[in-house]
Amino acid sequence: MTTTSVMEAIDETPTAERGRPPLNVIYEWLTTVDHKKIGLMYIMYALVFLLIGGVEAMLMRIQLAVPNNHFVSPQVFNQLFTMHGTTMVFFVGMPILFGFGNYLVPLMIGARDMAFPRLNAFSFWISAFAGVLLYYSYIGASGLYAAGSAPDVGWFAYAPLTAKVFSPGHSTDYWTLAVFLSGVGSIGTALNIVTTTLCMRCKGMKLSRMPLLVWLYLVMSSMVFVAVSPLTAAQIMLTLDRYIGSHFFDTQAGGSAVLWMHFFWIFGHPEVYILVLPAFAFVNEIIPVFSRKAIFGYPAMVAATVGIGFISMSVWAHHMFTVGLGAAGNTFFVFATMVISVPTGIKIFNWLATIWGGKIIFATPMIFCIAFLFQFLIAGLTGIMLAAAPFTWQLGNSYFVVAHFHYVLVGAIVVALFGAFYYWYPKVTGRMMDERLGKWHFWLFIIGFHLTFDFMHVPGLLGMPRRIYTYEAGRGWGTLNLIVGIGAIFQAAGVLCFVYNLVWAYYKGKEAGHDPWDAWTLEWSTQSPPPAYNFAIEPTVNSRRPLWDLKHPEDTDSEYER
Amino acid sequence: MNNATTIPIEATAETPWTLPYRGTVGMACLIIAEAAIFIIFVVAYIFYIGKSLSGPTPAQVLELPIFGTICLLSSSFTVHYAVAALRKNNLRGTTLGLASTVLLGTIFLITTAREWYHLIHDEGLTIQTNLFGTTYYSLVGLHATHVVVGLIMLSLVLFFSLTGRLKEEHEKKLDVLSLYWHFVDAVWVIVFLVVYVLGR
Repeated sequence: MTTTSVMEAIDETPTAERGRPPLNVIYEWLTTVDHKKIGLMYIMYALVFLLIGGVEAMLMRIQLAVPNNHFVSPQVFNQLFTMHGTTMVFFVGMPILFGFGNYLVPLMIGARDMAFPRLNAFSFWISAFAGVLLYYSYIGASGLYAAGSAPDVGWFAYAPLTAKVFSPGHSTDYWTLAVFLSGVGSIGTALNIVTTTLCMRCKGMKLSRMPLLVWLYLVMSSMVFVAVSPLTAAQIMLTLDRYIGSHFFDTQAGGSAVLWMHFFWIFGHPEVYILVLPAFAFVNEIIPVFSRKAIFGYPAMVAATVGIGFISMSVWAHHMFTVGLGAAGNTFFVFATMVISVPTGIKIFNWLATIWGGKIIFATPMIFCIAFLFQFLIAGLTGIMLAAAPFTWQLGNSYFVVAHFHYVLVGAIVVALFGAFYYWYPKVTGRMMDERLGKWHFWLFIIGFHLTFDFMHVPGLLGMPRRIYTYEAGRGWGTLNLIVGIGAIFQAAGVLCFVYNLVWAYYKGKEAGHDPWDAWTLEWSTQSPPPAYNFAIEPTVNSRRPLWDLKHPEDTDSEYER
Repeated sequence: MNNATTIPIEATAETPWTLPYRGTVGMACLIIAEAAIFIIFVVAYIFYIGKSLSGPTPAQVLELPIFGTICLLSSSFTVHYAVAALRKNNLRGTTLGLASTVLLGTIFLITTAREWYHLIHDEGLTIQTNLFGTTYYSLVGLHATHVVVGLIMLSLVLFFSLTGRLKEEHEKKLDVLSLYWHFVDAVWVIVFLVVYVLGR
């Protein structure tokens, strides 16, 4: 293997561009089709919505901190949990993960851009528009009837509550259209990621040599086609119902409310896996680098991912055990749901085996990944509990369920995301984030997380239903809810450390160089930040860890992978 | 650490490196996503067969649209002929194939429009009438929307072809468009079976 070093002579742009008028810079970002810029816009946009969704969560926790509270009205509380859920899933989770995918996939496969750069820009802007549309409902939801109202039908918007009679005004339409448009954007970006992965790989980057991150994004994007499209179809039906009087979910005319539940959860459950696969992807990249070992069981990891992708399509009705599906239906979905813990378990064991015997470096990205491992395990265990239909009959719609899925979404996905931020920030900006602030962020957030979501299981077990705006004193829920609220404060403090660190490091962080972590995938072979064309010459790879081969010509991976 | 970079390249290239055409893969992805949307509408249709609380029922008002179906299905052959002709650089053949595809697609749309006119004006069946109307108009309408989109794109290519701007090198792009058109036809087979055979 030969190497070419340095192509800096070609890349004079960054220095030449300094001191351009701000209007030019704004124009460039608005019209860009560069996958890195679009990726960053996705991430920035998601971070803004993360703060908005976080504030909504804080308001709900203040309301529930003590019994008989009147901090917000019941109507406002309904809007808060609807907006919190919708925001976090469609306008934080999806865009932030697509943002990382956009940024990293072409770099990792040695490509210069996505397969369809203009479609990429379109998908971003339509998703961004959808988020704005959702929040515009606060001021624009039907001027006369429901001025200043937001959607209040819950994030899964069960029929017949969404019918025109029960949800007059336009707030529900804003929800429908926002979710519909965000779905269009998601399908566009997913299509782009699949096509990029299949058609844009550099020489030698066989499917069996792709970084696991790219593999997981491939599977996740393929799932988007079959999971998000049903939601899009269901939103078309709902809009027809509300606007031209069709009867899809109209029980008065023989329509079925349960059909909406099926359509929603056919989307809803795979969506959880769509969100968690990128988190797995980050962990797949970070753990080996900080354990100084190649990933354990690469083919098993790929197989487990594909397995999760398939099985996750057949588990949706475990959200509907309390509807009364009949014994056969219940048994099937109990079984399917429990089966999915097998490939997931394979992944956990592979990560442990990767760490085992490694020279572990406890840098900030790595400690977030270790926290991810523990928390994801617990989230999976409560998931298996809830997979048993009788258990759900007892605890369905209680705070136990809320605690369970927040354990996945926050404890696994958000925590892995934080790790990813610390890991790739040097590549994106050329500067390191501060380690000490990173540790503060980690501990504040983890302590807050466990205060909030460990204790949240208990009121659920004691019978506290979700989505109630207040409760009586003397039911034994008061202290627990107060602890949950205090945990939220710790988490918010951790996130503030993180945001401060992001901004501080951009100006004052240590220069990173092109490969600060001594890592092995292709994105670390180009400059930080990467030039617009990513690679001055097209790379060629011989193994799964091209930079390892480059740094250790005496002991290359390609020797073993033959 | 300095910012000197090294990009791995291989001195001796391995076996020739070919990857699939991105247009084809992108269209395949779009077709999967669209198919999922249609499946949901088809499921809703099947689920609501015979559940309408009032008439008219499909058996009373629907007639087999044989002529329109023949037109639409034969347009798959003509669009295939257009692609094959372009591959052989037979530009006249391409124009002919495209023109007949657009014509056949338009005839299909007209038959659908006449059917809807009949149902609305003579039978009094609208999307608001009952569950049959709801599911029928939305499923057939969704398909017709796709036909319209396909016709717009095909007409655009026909325009380019007539003005002599369509060349042999556009063969792959036309092939991608023909994939979409074949998909629209395939969906019609399903819609036909579900609405006019199973549902009647």
